Amino acid sequence: MRPRSAVWLALGWVGFALLPWFAGSGTQPAIAPPSPGPAGSALIDGLTSGRWWLLPVALPLLLALAATILPQLRSRQPTILLAGGAFGLAWVAAQGFAIGLNGWAWPWLGALFGPLPLGQGGFGAGAALTSLSFLFLMTNGFAGLGFMKGDRFTAGAIGLVLAAIAAFVFLPVAYVLSGAGDTGTGGFSAAALWTRLAAPDIWRLSCLTEAKSCGVVWNSVFLAVMTGIATTLLGLAFALVAVRTGFRAKKLLRVLTVLPIITPPFVISLAVILLFGRNGTVTLALAEWFGIPASRWIYGLPGVLLTQTLAFTPISFLVMIGVVQGIGPSLEEAAQTLRASRWVTFRTVTWPLMRPGVANAFLISFIESLADFGNPLILGGNFEVLSTKIYFAVVGAQNDPGRAAALGIILLCLCLGAFWVQRQWLGKKSYATVGGKGDNGIPLQLPRGIRIAAYATALPWAAFTFVLYGLILFGGFTENWGRNNSLTLRHYLAAFDLSWGPGGLIWSGRAWGSLFTTIEVAALSAPLTAAVGLLTAYLLVRQRFKGQGAFEFLTMLSFAIPGTVIGISYILAFNQPPIELTGTITILILCFVFRNMPVSIRAGVAAMSQIDRSLDECSLTLGAGSVQTIRRVILPLLRPAIVASLVYSFVRAITSISAVIFLVSPKYELATAYIVGRVEQGDFGLAIAYSSALIVLMSVVIALIQLLVGERRIGRRTATPVTLQEKPV
Amino acid sequence: MSIASKPAGVEFRNVSRRYGNTAAVDDVSFAIESGTLVTLLGPSGCGKTTTLRMIAGLEMASSGTILIGGKDVTRLPATDRNVTMVFQSYALFPHMTVADNVAYGLVVSGMRKRDAAAKAAEGLELVGLGGYGQRLPSELSGGQQQRVAVARALVLEPEVLLFDEPLSNLDAKLRRKMRDDIRELQQKLGLTSVYVTHDQEEALAVSDRIIVMNRSVIAQTGTPDELYRRPKNRFVADFIGGANLIDGELVGCSGGMATVALGRLTLSVPDPGLPTGEVLLAVRPNAIRLRAGESGGAGGGDGIPVTVRKATYLGSHMEYGLTSEFGDLFVVDPNVANPVPAGASALATFTGDGIAAVAR
Repeated sequence: MRPRSAVWLALGWVGFALLPWFAGSGTQPAIAPPSPGPAGSALIDGLTSGRWWLLPVALPLLLALAATILPQLRSRQPTILLAGGAFGLAWVAAQGFAIGLNGWAWPWLGALFGPLPLGQGGFGAGAALTSLSFLFLMTNGFAGLGFMKGDRFTAGAIGLVLAAIAAFVFLPVAYVLSGAGDTGTGGFSAAALWTRLAAPDIWRLSCLTEAKSCGVVWNSVFLAVMTGIATTLLGLAFALVAVRTGFRAKKLLRVLTVLPIITPPFVISLAVILLFGRNGTVTLALAEWFGIPASRWIYGLPGVLLTQTLAFTPISFLVMIGVVQGIGPSLEEAAQTLRASRWVTFRTVTWPLMRPGVANAFLISFIESLADFGNPLILGGNFEVLSTKIYFAVVGAQNDPGRAAALGIILLCLCLGAFWVQRQWLGKKSYATVGGKGDNGIPLQLPRGIRIAAYATALPWAAFTFVLYGLILFGGFTENWGRNNSLTLRHYLAAFDLSWGPGGLIWSGRAWGSLFTTIEVAALSAPLTAAVGLLTAYLLVRQRFKGQGAFEFLTMLSFAIPGTVIGISYILAFNQPPIELTGTITILILCFVFRNMPVSIRAGVAAMSQIDRSLDECSLTLGAGSVQTIRRVILPLLRPAIVASLVYSFVRAITSISAVIFLVSPKYELATAYIVGRVEQGDFGLAIAYSSALIVLMSVVIALIQLLVGERRIGRRTATPVTLQEKPV
Repeated sequence: MSIASKPAGVEFRNVSRRYGNTAAVDDVSFAIESGTLVTLLGPSGCGKTTTLRMIAGLEMASSGTILIGGKDVTRLPATDRNVTMVFQSYALFPHMTVADNVAYGLVVSGMRKRDAAAKAAEGLELVGLGGYGQRLPSELSGGQQQRVAVARALVLEPEVLLFDEPLSNLDAKLRRKMRDDIRELQQKLGLTSVYVTHDQEEALAVSDRIIVMNRSVIAQTGTPDELYRRPKNRFVADFIGGANLIDGELVGCSGGMATVALGRLTLSVPDPGLPTGEVLLAVRPNAIRLRAGESGGAGGGDGIPVTVRKATYLGSHMEYGLTSEFGDLFVVDPNVANPVPAGASALATFTGDGIAAVAR
């Protein structure tokens, strides 16, 4: 174990003595950028510039060095490493939070210790490397003391994942909580928190008694419940049609399930505007044929409900298809041999077995609807929901982060509540009827009434969805939809024009900048997401350690945090030292990694559970270490899950909007944020052209990867493709 | 290059393995001599697999000391122990060929690819699978997969080779052949092997010594013969070979034999080392003979009167269920020429061998 600890120790020294401790160029000009090289390191800076509080960082490093070199301390090395690493981490964090740009971060510290002459900026490369070194020294110490079966890799991995989740999920959320109680002068007061949380425009019920709008919470909940019901019923109808009828075009229904993955969430809104907006096709037709005047009815609850139902039905379909397929046909055959008719069988066997799944689909749609941001933003009009209200509290004229934080807390509680119900209540109730044993039964045909109902609901809705997507793809080619329907390439040229200049090719279209940034961010975040997710999955499935249940809950909790809340929490948390990231590309990448990680975890967990544990135990007894076992045994068997994670995180990074709209900067603009900006300016043509380009791009990427990777099968083992049903918005 | 063996002994000193408040293995001590095959036998949940996994390093002992070859390995992870294991599920890597599977341990421990391949081929030859190297595990039958797993464990020349219920996934016929093959290989290479099974017949067939475990502790240790003929307690008597357990009374002992009173009868059994008084007699099913027609009467003298409840013809022998004053008895009788029909009265006599006294 000595060499690995020694490497981390050496890196700790490098971070402390050689690399610049502070970040190069923050957005805050108050502190001079650190000198390059060793001169800006904590060691030199602490000695020469009067930042004495950096020097104690050397203490654990010296201690660990002594434990590694001196033979008489050898036997106590694990304890020393553990204590030293823990102290180092604690000290780095404590001084980072206590001392801000202009001295003490909190007034009471100044009162206690006297004023500080100078402050400090955000952590830079040196601080990051040294902290990482402390973390691994600590986990090595843990392993050396015999925890985690003495496995340093496992201990290190757990430490890394926990630290990452703490820093990039829980720290930001903590900032939201404290931000909501901000008194305006930097302090925290429960009274301020209560005032914000209990604001009348959040909770009032005046819409019941008079013609005023209700509180934003009731709007959100009402919308979410309606969306949940509608999507669940539609999803159920689709699933029944796909699994239990002789419907021919099942492949086409499958296409429907891919659509929400490759589509930015607000694109449906654009399509709905093309149909029902003031210049929409349907609106114009109605006005012409029946003299119904064009109105703005679509902007508000009806429009948002319609678009959310369109957008989330495929997700509900995916959930329901699993549920319907999961019902062992032999159960129904058994019911029939016991003289139950088709209808009685459906009512007494099939439906009760499906019920928990139906509730699950409802809750998922409920959470999706609450978290949805793009559709209410574009179609909401005066109908405000929590996610848009948060956005306008930060971005609009109000610029009131405290208010946004309070709204964020409410939204977070709603989502976590639904998530908790889903896991605790439904987790125990599901009747997973697919066992390892083969079930030779043939699925029962549906009773006639239900079959007709399922067809009548599902098919028109599917047709409607496809029409909308057709409109999006077509709409980019018209001059001005509804008013001037002549065909043109104008919008595409505006977005993606190329020209030759003196310096060679010029990417003169307006969309290129954001498109390149988007692809760069997506390409950087995808492998990171897959790596962190699969590592976590490995820990969850393959290792046994104390507190594993809590660990799993923490990782999955981040899944229920709505994107808008993540966005607001990131700008609150990472806008100031010690971790100062706003305006950089790093914050976008981090945001995507921790937003999409849960899906990657699920894919990994699903795939890893299918690999018999004795395979890695066998590898261990044959002399391979954890790392070698992962590389040679687990990773090759996990290929499908890795590809799924990569594709998913890449695509999600390109299509998501809710969190990143808070985090984009002029330098790092993302495609979705740019499109929403165009829509807000009324520039529909370009927005639609850009959206369809994204959709086509996504389809090509997915098709290419499918083609390249294919479905590799190993002998008789069937590699189950991972369903991409989780979709944080 | 050939496959040698470097057998080493295994010793457990007061080893426990606890999960929360329950102990899977409770203060267990034993020693396994180098070059022998020792079986851990017991019903499921008795702690035998946990014991095996502690030898492998896949589980860590909560307390106690584990020595392999005289060296303390208690805190050593599986990777660093010179112990290999044949898994119940075989655990062949499905994405590697048979040859790659066998060479895996050699490659990861840094042997050159070509040497590893040569040695793997040799290992496959040893288990009778030469020429199968380029197949995938999924293309082999269950018995062949089993052999690959054995070869993979052998080529590392382990100090101890562990078998975790290796035959439980094979059909009865193949099981018998495989167990003979494993025993033959073990004796030929002089390996130290620890073998886990819940099948007492398998244990009797392959072992030099057997460690019978029950409820996290060792019930008895001994050679197959000792365990069968001189069980020390009720559990071992019942678990190995199955026995009729009858209440009797120990009246005295001399010269290594003891006298037990059973109703009117007195029987001579090996001295159990118990004080006189109430004991339990473990009577093997084949230690009872039936004599038809001689019902009740005082003339019986050396037997007890019984009624035949059930008679089953099994070709090579008869199986009887009897009702007697000492409770129901189960008897295996080789006399198939003149079976006693169900419902008949008969006299049951005890042969000298196959009876042992254990504490009640």
